[in-house]
Amino acid sequence: MTTYNEMEMMIVTAARELENGATVGVGTGAPCAAAMLAQKTISPDLVIMFEAGGISPDLPEMPISVGDSRTFYHASMAGSMGTIMSSCARGFVDYTFLGGAQIDMYGNLNSTAIGPYDSPKVRLPGSGGANDFASFCWKMMVMTPQDKRRFVEKLDFLTTPGWLEGGDSRKNSGLPANAGPHKIITNMAVMDFEPDSKRMRVISLNPGYSFDQVQENCGFELLRLKTLPVTPAPTDDELAILRDQVDPGRVVIGR
Amino acid sequence: MHHASNHKITSIEQAVSKYVSNGAHLSIGGFTINRNPMAAVHEIIRQGIRNLHVYAHSNGQGLDQLIGAGCVSRLEIAYSGNGRFAPTCLCFKRAVLERTIQVEDYTNFQMALRFLAGAMGVPFLPTYSSLGTDIVEKWGFPDQIRLDEPKLASKKLVVMDNPFSRDHETEKLVLVPAIHPDVTIIHAQKADATGCTRIEGLSFADIDQAKAARHVIVTCDHLVSENELRKDSGANHLPAFCVDAVVHIPHGAYPTACFNEYDYDAVFLEQYQQAAGNDDTLDPFFQTYIHSPADHAEFVAMAAQNRLESIRANPVTGYADRMKRGA
Repeated sequence: MTTYNEMEMMIVTAARELENGATVGVGTGAPCAAAMLAQKTISPDLVIMFEAGGISPDLPEMPISVGDSRTFYHASMAGSMGTIMSSCARGFVDYTFLGGAQIDMYGNLNSTAIGPYDSPKVRLPGSGGANDFASFCWKMMVMTPQDKRRFVEKLDFLTTPGWLEGGDSRKNSGLPANAGPHKIITNMAVMDFEPDSKRMRVISLNPGYSFDQVQENCGFELLRLKTLPVTPAPTDDELAILRDQVDPGRVVIGR
Repeated sequence: MHHASNHKITSIEQAVSKYVSNGAHLSIGGFTINRNPMAAVHEIIRQGIRNLHVYAHSNGQGLDQLIGAGCVSRLEIAYSGNGRFAPTCLCFKRAVLERTIQVEDYTNFQMALRFLAGAMGVPFLPTYSSLGTDIVEKWGFPDQIRLDEPKLASKKLVVMDNPFSRDHETEKLVLVPAIHPDVTIIHAQKADATGCTRIEGLSFADIDQAKAARHVIVTCDHLVSENELRKDSGANHLPAFCVDAVVHIPHGAYPTACFNEYDYDAVFLEQYQQAAGNDDTLDPFFQTYIHSPADHAEFVAMAAQNRLESIRANPVTGYADRMKRGA
């Protein structure tokens, strides 16, 4: 079997979440690679959407910004930000992948500032469309390195809604019911959210990692399934397509 | 007064000096490193305009240069990143940390709706976006700014119950205030002398940004005949009466990408990133590339060197599919 790196593992794991015919709103980088890989493997009819307006492109090569002309190559539509966001708001978009500098146990994300908002230590880009995608897409997923500084007890700024404070809090906030965080895919494990508390829960371990290692690299207490399966490793076919067709420049997967 | 006329063709110097004054409320078109009105941005910097209040969604390169040149004092924004070139735009980041600009954070959908409200002539539009988050809870502008500045909405946003709910159901919504920039500047592939404008590819939020504004400057790669745009009127985006000034500037979006015309110049954008980290390197960069060139054509020739051919759009794909994409 071909050896693979952790980024390839995460991309393959994410791609397998996207069933044929689904719609997914993505940004650039690893999520885009996952969507492209899914489109070239299990989901030829995957509808990929970019927040700047591109709908259902063929994606012959990796875009480097969500407004890149590559995001609507041979697309069914080159629209506007409003086209995409209103489609999300109407419930047309099944999945999205988001990220942030911080994530908490309910899958809330911070991409605005580290430190106090009025005098930040680090200023980040802000929501962009992340808040909107997370508010409206049915299943939000995150691909991120497992790291204590990233998985924190409390966000400095809640940019993008996960399950908010858990339980029914998201529903009570007024956000559309039944949409919310779905899977968190890291280099060490895959997590979902326990249905009642909405707390992050480890459901599989990537090859070579233990639950304790995942917990040590997380700033809050993780729930877990009693028996933890191993996340299936990438197949040779998936790796070949990822390396040769999705990211031949090795921009995302590295060398 | 907005009216169709053939007297809208002007130079970028005249358009900027007429419509972009110190303290103006400005929005620019484009998205990250795509179809920013860069020739106009350079002219604003060249004219030394100060204290701009900018409304942005994900405007990227042009906005970051305006901030770096000290033209901006307040910013309402959803996203300040530049694709692979800058996860957070460097001048924006510095200006926030050094507190030389004041920032109010929204989401992209909210900014799109705020421009749409402006374009519709209504004071606000509702959305569910940002419920439950710090976009609602944490406000950036001190109250005094909103009291002192009559052009600003009295509040960042308002959360209210749906007034149409039945049976005492409560359903919360976020109302976001309309934007009416003093001037919106967009770059399009094609416009005619009357101001009729056609954008090819993604329109981002350009159209509502323009319709919401008191004045609109369109820069274009091709100044075409009125008849050419009338032949396929369904493909046009702005009627003539929305536009005040038309400036013909080939490569007017360079170094950002313009679909069907040219791609972004990865090498020059990387040079900008190298310079943008501090004023000691940024000032000479602006001196070389903005203040010294006689016009935009001279800037493009100097900045792109021998790369113009490699970033020229392939007519089949609309972008440069063989270009060098990293620095």
